[in-house]
Amino acid sequence: MADTFDVIVIGGGPGGYVCAIRAAQLGLKTAVVERDRLGGICLNWGCIPTKALLRSSEIWHLMHRLPEFGFSADNFKFDIGKIVARSRAVAQQLSNGVGFLMKKHKITVIAGEAKLAGKGKLTVTKDGKSADYTAKNIVLATGARARTLPGLEPDGKLIWTYREAMVPPSFPKSLLVVGSGAIGIEFASFYRTLGADVTVVEVLDRVLPVEDEEISAFAAKAFAKQGMKLKTGTTVTELKKGADNVTCTLKAKDGKTEQVTVDRVILAMGIVGNVENIGLEAAGIKVEKTHVVAGKYGETGVDGVWAIGDLVGAPWLAHKAMHEGVIVAEKIAGVKGVHPLVTANVPGCTYCWPQVASVGLTEAAAKATGRKIKVGKFPFIGNGKAIALGEADGLVKTVFDAETGELLGAHMIGAEVTELIQGYVIAKTGELTDQELSHTIFPHPTLSEMMHEAVLAADGMALHI
Amino acid sequence: MATNILMPALSPTMEEGKLSKWLVKEGDTVKSGDILAEIETDKATMEFEAVDEGKIGKILVAEGTEGVKVNAPIAVLLGDGEKPGSVDISAAMKDIGAAVKAEAAPKAPARTEAPKAETPKAAPAPSGNGTRVFASPLARRIAAQKGLDIAALAGSGPRGRIVKSDVENAKPGAAKPAAAAPAAAGVAAASGFSPLPDARLFYKAGEYEEVPHDSMRKAIAKRLTAAKALIPHYYLTIDCNLTALMATREALNAAAPKGKDKVAAFKLSVNDFVVKASAMALMKHPDVNASWTDTAILKHKNADVGIAVAIPSGLITPIVFKAQNKGLADISNEVKDLATRAKDKKLKPQEYEGGGFSVSNLGMFGIKNFTSIINPPQSCIIAVGAGEERAIVVNGKIEIATMMTVTMSCDHRVVDGATGAKFLQTLKAFIEEPASMLL
Repeated sequence: MADTFDVIVIGGGPGGYVCAIRAAQLGLKTAVVERDRLGGICLNWGCIPTKALLRSSEIWHLMHRLPEFGFSADNFKFDIGKIVARSRAVAQQLSNGVGFLMKKHKITVIAGEAKLAGKGKLTVTKDGKSADYTAKNIVLATGARARTLPGLEPDGKLIWTYREAMVPPSFPKSLLVVGSGAIGIEFASFYRTLGADVTVVEVLDRVLPVEDEEISAFAAKAFAKQGMKLKTGTTVTELKKGADNVTCTLKAKDGKTEQVTVDRVILAMGIVGNVENIGLEAAGIKVEKTHVVAGKYGETGVDGVWAIGDLVGAPWLAHKAMHEGVIVAEKIAGVKGVHPLVTANVPGCTYCWPQVASVGLTEAAAKATGRKIKVGKFPFIGNGKAIALGEADGLVKTVFDAETGELLGAHMIGAEVTELIQGYVIAKTGELTDQELSHTIFPHPTLSEMMHEAVLAADGMALHI
Repeated sequence: MATNILMPALSPTMEEGKLSKWLVKEGDTVKSGDILAEIETDKATMEFEAVDEGKIGKILVAEGTEGVKVNAPIAVLLGDGEKPGSVDISAAMKDIGAAVKAEAAPKAPARTEAPKAETPKAAPAPSGNGTRVFASPLARRIAAQKGLDIAALAGSGPRGRIVKSDVENAKPGAAKPAAAAPAAAGVAAASGFSPLPDARLFYKAGEYEEVPHDSMRKAIAKRLTAAKALIPHYYLTIDCNLTALMATREALNAAAPKGKDKVAAFKLSVNDFVVKASAMALMKHPDVNASWTDTAILKHKNADVGIAVAIPSGLITPIVFKAQNKGLADISNEVKDLATRAKDKKLKPQEYEGGGFSVSNLGMFGIKNFTSIINPPQSCIIAVGAGEERAIVVNGKIEIATMMTVTMSCDHRVVDGATGAKFLQTLKAFIEEPASMLL
């Protein structure tokens, strides 16, 4: 007799484990199937360990500015092995933490690879052995992995994905990063700050192409100043592997080609959903462009099967997956008044130096909707706390509907903006308008005052500029 | 298959009600048409019939529960061969818990806080209908720009909060008529009338007895505030000579056939004549027998005349439908029946909602003249005073006659002054010469 659950979640990443916790909180008998480590990519090979790496590179950067703050030291060095070891320890600690959370909520953790096996049925295989489970509801949360293209395949030695880039056995002197989205730019930032010669190739005409154009341009200028080489409107046509280096052929939009030889290549060209080998086709679940097609509450169209996170639509972010996990768990439990996720209210953060954070429409996208907009901007140089921190480089930008005062989007670049953006997200989620934001008292002196000023600036009322 | 029995909407305006009594118990077999429960709304207590057949598996809402939201599950009906244990009622229970709790929770603080206030301070701004409207700032602003009454909208946000999408999807004038009355009151506050301060601020605690509103009191306050604030009322007064009517009435009553128990088959009142005369006059003046909407005037084809009836807890206006086709005896007996059942709270909503015209009579209290508030969706109401002997001038001589003053309140959007006046002329003619109603 197979074990029976109210909910089985396939995948223990941020979407999956959060879904399981919420389901357990709502009194449902819940299990999670995980083939590797609890916490998924985010916690083990993504968001968290990269933040640990970037913290090291930030400290390295500050060490080079010691005299500015009244210190002197010389002969400092870094040990890439220790930096990586710290990053791994952080990931391990948090993965253990998720294990503890599962235990606390009496969630059964099943190790292995799961496959749908007919209505309400699931087979989990581990080391050649398989076991059957039944569940009233199955939540697919298998996540995604790095996209590869023909000719641009990782080999794990010279040509990396995020996974190898996170645990370099030695520090590469030169790097080519393919793709300038959040993942590519964070690695580019980490390696460049620690001294590698970094070239970033982006097929579109600007780096961080999903961000507001002005923020993209600001970032490009800051990266260039740090010595990063940015090649936009450029594709990689060939990667030729040498003994311990790679010769890359780059082709610009105008057809001109050039060759760059680097120690290592990092591929960061987006992601593809993990849709294989989980029995989607047999179950009749629709897949489009490597992602499961799901409704606004994660319904797959097959009774009792739901899908969340990177496996479904964009944006492919851990916090979006977590929120979807909660939505699906509540739908399953029959909670009243569950609201679908509003994509326009999902913030995005990139932890490069300087940091980038945003929510909602870019200025161009807002204009394209045809409405009358107003834009407010405030530079870090006008903020006391930013100057005191020695972080006077940055910009906060707001985009409002000029008629209704609706906050359509907010875009920030500079120190700690990833911690600040939530203020605008709350405003958007609560549908606050420019008036409520203008009347909000922001503490002084903080970086957050710039968020207030950027709102006031939309009406030409900024105080400190 | 097990199905949920849902709290019925016994009228278009009903949002919640009291489940006053269960007439079935768990395990009972019911068939379509069986009475399951008695449901009490703000105006009436009604019987709730089964639509499907089956067995009552579980009663989810105990009798005596107030504030049960329309469409909340109140019981589970089992199909053939199902056992009560096989039904997963947890989801349904959650619904009901939320529905009842959400209503009960916010009331308590409001009631206890207000009397304690010793220094006059701004009362928590109630909107016109006394309940706070939860809406996002953005939704409020867009509603104001579109000229929408935000209180008329249903909120889809957390805890029913009205959010941007609710406002964007609404069209001016598209609010259900059901929502119009409470909504209207909201407009009054939104459009700049400062809400009145809480009366308790002016009196010392202990020097008054506080009687909480029952649902009828709330409904009266809501509807009449909205009607008086939003309908442009004006008033026309006319005197009617009842000499002929009194004689006719006496003759007809004297001739009323008596049944075995020696009870007369009818006993006509002056008001019965007024109702009949109103119906006849309405048929001649269809412009008065009309209702206002934002896009059109609805001219009614029948004379459905409402009769204001005072009942212990308030008042209600049951309707004599198609009064133009009914004789005096029928009208008289129907009004008596409606009034009796109104006092017992046994009227069905369809017996008091709608109508084209109303008659309010305070003559029995000796009131000579008064004005009424229009009873929406109607456009006119007549306030009928006492029939009394007065000195009148006839052909230059003073005579004594039984006179009665009638004052009609009119909705100027629908009925212009001359239209209303002509109607009253006709009404007066029918009242003064009842035999002309036979023509």
